[in-house]
Amino acid sequence: MDSDLRALYQELILDHGKQPRNFGKPDAYTHSVDAYNPLCGDHIVVYGTLSDEAVEDIHFTGKGCAICMASASLMSQETKHKSRADAETLYRQFLDKVTGRESDASSTLGRLDVLSGVRGFPTRIKCATLAWHALAQILAEKTGETVTTE
Amino acid sequence: MTETLPLNSVRTLFPVLSQQVHGKPLVYLDNAATAQKPNAVIEALNDYYRHDNANVHRGLHALSERATEAMEAARGKIQRFIHAAESAEIIFTRGTTESINLVAHGFALQFLKPGDEVLITAMEHHSNIVPWQLACERSGARLQVAAITRAGEVDMNDFKAKLSERTRLLAVGHVSNALGTVNPLPAMISLARRYSQIAVLVDGAQAVAHLPVDVQQLDADFYVFSGHKLYGPTGIGVLYGKRRWLEQLPVYQGGGDMIRKVTFAKTQYAPLPSRFEAGTPHIAGCIGLGAAIDFFSQWDWPQRRQLERQLLDAATEGLDSIEGVRLIGTAADKTSLVSFTMDDIHPHDLGTFLDHEGIAVRAGHHCAMPVMDFYGVPATVRASFAIYNTLDDVDRLLNAVQACRRFFCGQ
Repeated sequence: MDSDLRALYQELILDHGKQPRNFGKPDAYTHSVDAYNPLCGDHIVVYGTLSDEAVEDIHFTGKGCAICMASASLMSQETKHKSRADAETLYRQFLDKVTGRESDASSTLGRLDVLSGVRGFPTRIKCATLAWHALAQILAEKTGETVTTE
Repeated sequence: MTETLPLNSVRTLFPVLSQQVHGKPLVYLDNAATAQKPNAVIEALNDYYRHDNANVHRGLHALSERATEAMEAARGKIQRFIHAAESAEIIFTRGTTESINLVAHGFALQFLKPGDEVLITAMEHHSNIVPWQLACERSGARLQVAAITRAGEVDMNDFKAKLSERTRLLAVGHVSNALGTVNPLPAMISLARRYSQIAVLVDGAQAVAHLPVDVQQLDADFYVFSGHKLYGPTGIGVLYGKRRWLEQLPVYQGGGDMIRKVTFAKTQYAPLPSRFEAGTPHIAGCIGLGAAIDFFSQWDWPQRRQLERQLLDAATEGLDSIEGVRLIGTAADKTSLVSFTMDDIHPHDLGTFLDHEGIAVRAGHHCAMPVMDFYGVPATVRASFAIYNTLDDVDRLLNAVQACRRFFCGQ
């Protein structure tokens, strides 16, 4: 097995891809965004419960590849209980990390670092960012909208 | 042309195939998207630009005459390849999509009226759906869609039921790009012929490299295909139309080459085929497509069909025996194309995995989203074969699919 592929599909990704956390439509939520990648058909809905200050809870449903599902699953865990500002910052840092635009290559986002393997797979970057674009829409108070990766 | 190689060593004539991808010898199984090019085609393009490049149909100089002659010779090769009655019925276009748009544009302008219907099938490629949607929007006609069965065949009862006095045009794929189904065109077209007003357009994009095509025997009014799936260059395609249809169809693009006489008061259009070939054509592409047909025609249909059958049978049986594999499209009559999904592994993960094994397949919706919806899948993995593929290629695919299953599912 070549090492690029192992770097892309680390254990944590395979685990979250197979058994995504916070998966399912919650009974109550304040925001929802439909996120769709028309190129490959990945399609998820992200449900957020936000207070004025913070992300109280994130859930999602949908279908996608292992990268997409793992990324959504990790996003839901990593942003829960973060302030809106911190969640926004994390979104930007995550985007920079997976697209290789980060200014400091040694900076770490903790568990989210496992998704940086997509950098070597340009066609898969959108799989990793889909759920995060949905989060950004939620933070921007654009609930009920559809976000695509186009 | 030197001595013809046996079909099983034809691979050596395609330079792109002799490379390694991710450290493994390339197995190219994305032929339904585009086929690789043999030396003969690459050299034809090269020779044309090195020796004969000139504009066609206008210069009196030697180079222009050679370019014109070579382009018209290619038209003749295409005419014979699909058994058209005359070479003037062969119109060069950019590809299948442009050919369909040309006809759809003409029908919207000239023939379709409110209340008319255009009939397609539920397995069409987007390029045989969207131009008709546009034509219907513009003309007030209605798009009708004949259903397909779970096996991926046209539901002939539904097809029959949807043909009527209102049907003005039937547009149907010869072979489905997503499923590999060969549609029963003789039966479908003879049913359509019960209504004299119906014109028939056949999308042959996925057929010309896999099945003998005789447009006169089929009784197709229009038959369209692309060069690049037939081992020719990209950016060149063909619209075949019966003369009486092409002469009735309004012009598509205006410009040079398509006119007989231009004054500011009125322009007279050129006769066929120039009438539909405005502007400087893709001369090298035309010549390259002619070279591709010469190349391909070195082997006869029985040989090529037998190879396809072997590859299809081996791939179908092998995939079917792998746990968790679901074949999408199991028609009785198929070209050498297998579309499939795997339990618990998304097609894109499988596609990336296969790529790292040096195997190029398509993972996606294959520009046939309605087909994906019908089977309730977001995408499939599609392996599609060509004359240079071998049973070893099928084995490489099967082994890699099994390895992928172990990788993702740990078994």
